[in-house]
Amino acid sequence: MALPKYTEPHYRIWHYVYIFICTCVFFFLIAPLFVIFPLSFNAEEFLSFSEGMKNLDPDAFSLRWYKDMIYGTKNPWGLAAKNSFIIAIFATLGSVLLGTVAALGLSSRHMPYKGLIMATLISPMIVPLIISGVAIFFFMAKAGLAATHTGIVLAHIILGTPFVVITVTATLSGFDHSVTRAASSLGSDPVNTFMKITLPLILPGVISGGLFAFVTSFDEVVVVLFLAGLENTTIPIQMWTGLREQLSPTILAVATCLIILSTLILVTAELLRRRSERLRGINR
Amino acid sequence: MSSETGKILTTDGIPLEVSLKKAERKNKIKAFLLVAPLLLFLLITYIFPIGDMLMRSVDDKMVTEMLPKTFKSMEKWDGNEMPPEEVFEAFYLDFQKLVEEKRDGKLSTQLNYTKNGFKSILKKLRRKAKNFEEGNYKEQIMAVHKRWADVEYWRAIKRRAPAFTSAKYLKGMDMYKNEEGEIVSVEEDRRIHRVLWLRTLEIAFFVTLLCFLMAYPIAHLLATLPMKYSNLLMICVLLPFWTSLLVRTASWMILLQQQGVVNDFFVMIGLVADDNRPEMMYNKTGTYVAMTQILLPFMVLPLYSVMKTISPSLMRAGKSLGGTPFITFWKVYFPLTIPGIGAGCLLVFILAIGYYITPALVGGASGTLISNQIAFHMKSTLDWSFASAMGLMLLAGVLAIYWVYNKLVGIDNIKLG
Repeated sequence: MALPKYTEPHYRIWHYVYIFICTCVFFFLIAPLFVIFPLSFNAEEFLSFSEGMKNLDPDAFSLRWYKDMIYGTKNPWGLAAKNSFIIAIFATLGSVLLGTVAALGLSSRHMPYKGLIMATLISPMIVPLIISGVAIFFFMAKAGLAATHTGIVLAHIILGTPFVVITVTATLSGFDHSVTRAASSLGSDPVNTFMKITLPLILPGVISGGLFAFVTSFDEVVVVLFLAGLENTTIPIQMWTGLREQLSPTILAVATCLIILSTLILVTAELLRRRSERLRGINR
Repeated sequence: MSSETGKILTTDGIPLEVSLKKAERKNKIKAFLLVAPLLLFLLITYIFPIGDMLMRSVDDKMVTEMLPKTFKSMEKWDGNEMPPEEVFEAFYLDFQKLVEEKRDGKLSTQLNYTKNGFKSILKKLRRKAKNFEEGNYKEQIMAVHKRWADVEYWRAIKRRAPAFTSAKYLKGMDMYKNEEGEIVSVEEDRRIHRVLWLRTLEIAFFVTLLCFLMAYPIAHLLATLPMKYSNLLMICVLLPFWTSLLVRTASWMILLQQQGVVNDFFVMIGLVADDNRPEMMYNKTGTYVAMTQILLPFMVLPLYSVMKTISPSLMRAGKSLGGTPFITFWKVYFPLTIPGIGAGCLLVFILAIGYYITPALVGGASGTLISNQIAFHMKSTLDWSFASAMGLMLLAGVLAIYWVYNKLVGIDNIKLG
C-alpha cells in the first residue's frame, strides 16, 4: 500500500503509525501461538526459555515431551485422543445430516415461520455454553446418557448443527433452483435430483459446515465437563485438567499437535470457500 | 356474468385458486418435514431441558413434600403467636417419618437455608424424640431446645410451605425475603453476586471495546490491501480462530506467568526489576488480555466483510470534493462500516458475557465471571436450582442482546470465516 508522492508529511506520519498499529495487532493475534512451538521442545521441565534455548544450544532441545505424550506411563492422551476422534466424527456426521436436511427445508420459500424456526435452530450457538451445558446435562442425566459416548455425541450434535445450518443455508442462497426443476422435468425423482444435482453443488458448504462441527466437537470442553466420566475423557478435558493442576510441557506437545491439526483444517476450509465462491460465480 | 363462471379452471375442473392453494400447502408441509427432524431433536434435547431449568429454579417442593401434615395444619395458624398443639403433633409425625426414611438430614439442610440454627435443634429433637410420650407434643418439643419455643423458627418453617419460590433469583441478586416477606438486600459485605454481575458486564464491555479498537484498523487494512497480501494476513486472523480455545489459553498462561516470556521481556528491557515481577495472571489483567485476543477474530470477520463491500471510489470522491483524508474517513467511510461494527460488537459482547474456560484458567479469584459461579454451584455446592436460576438470568440478558442483534443485523447474515 504505497503512498502517492504528493502525500503531505503529517498524513505520511499518520500512515506509518497506522501500519505500525496494524503490525502490533497482528503480532498480538498470532505470536502467542508461536510461543508454544519452541517450548514444547524444551529439554527441561520449565515452561520458560532456558539459557540454553536462548543460545540455541542443541542440547537444550529434545523430543522428551512428545515421547512422554505417546509412550508415557499412565498417560491419558492416547485414550483421550481416541475418544475425541470417535466423538467428533460421529457428532460431525450427525450434525451434517440433520443440519443439511434442515437447511434444505429452511431455504425453501414455502417454509412457514422461517424466522422463528431459524432462531431456534441457531440458538445453541448463541446461548452461553455454560447454560447449554447445564441444560444438556439435566437432559442426559434424566435419559441415563450421562457419562456415555452416546450422550456426548448427542450433545455435540446439538452444538454443531447451527454451523451446518448457517453454512448450507448461505450456500443455498445463491442456488439456482431451475436446475432442480429441470431435473424433475426430465423425470428424475426428488432423491435422485438431490444426490445428483443439489448435493454436488452445495457440497463445499456442507463440508465447511462439517469442519465447523468437527472443530466444535473436538475443542468442546464446557459441556463435556458436565457429561464425561473417567472413561469418556477427551483431549480438551485432559488439557483443562492439566492446565488447572500443573502446566507440564507435555501439554505443550499436545498443543503443538493441535495447532498443526487446526492449520490443516484452516487450509481445507479456505480452499473450500474459494471453490464454493467460484462455483457460485462470485468473482472478486 | 356470475363470479362462478369467471373462475379459471384447471384441466381437472378444479378452480385454479383452490388447486394452487393445495400445491402451496403441500410445499409448505414438504419444507416443514425437512426441518422437522432437527427441530424435534433440539426441542427434546435442548429447548425443553432449558424449560426444565426454569422449573428447577423456582421449584421448592422438597420441604413441601417432606412436611405435608405440618403445612396442612399450619394453614389455620396466623403466625403471630406460637402455633397450636395440632401443628406440633403434625410436625412430630412428619419428622418421625423422615427419621425412619433417613431423610431428616435433608430437611435440616433445607430449613437451615431458610433460617440459621435449625441444624442443631433438629439433631437434638431427633435424639429426644425417641423418648417422647404420646400427647402434648407442644410442651415436649418446646422443652428440647429454647429455639423450638421461639415463634420465629415456626414462621421460618411456614415460609417453606409454597411449592414454588423466587428465592433463588433473589439470591442471585443478593436479595432475600425477610421474615415480614419484604424483599431486602443482604449486608453490604456479603453481596458477592452483584459484584460478579457487574464485573461480568464490565469485562464484557471493555473486552468488546478493546476488540473493536484493535479490529477496526486491521480489518480496514485487510479490506484495502491487494488480494495476495491480504490473503496471507487473513491467515493471522483465521489461524487463531480455528485453533483450540484451550491451546490459546495455555499459550497465554505461559506468556503471562511470573517467570513467563512477557515478564522476562519486561525485565530484559529494564521495565521492572527481576525480583519485582508483576502478577499478570490469575487476576483481571489475565482475563482481559486472553479474552481480547481470543475474541478478536469474531470482531475482525464481520468488520472485514462489511468493509470489503465499500467501494474505494467513495473515498476518492470525498477527497476530490475537498475533504481531508480524516474528514472523508469520518463522514464517508466510518458511517458505512456501522453495520459491521454493530454485528461485531454484539457478537463479541454475547460471547464475552458467557465466557467460562478462559476466566476459570487465567482469571484467579478477581477475574472470574458469572459463568464460573454457575459452574461452581453445579459441581461443588450441587445447588442445581440456584445454578439454574443464575443461568436463566444470564440467558435472559443474552437473549435480549440477541434480539437486538437480530433486529439490526438479521440472523441470516451471520458469516463464518
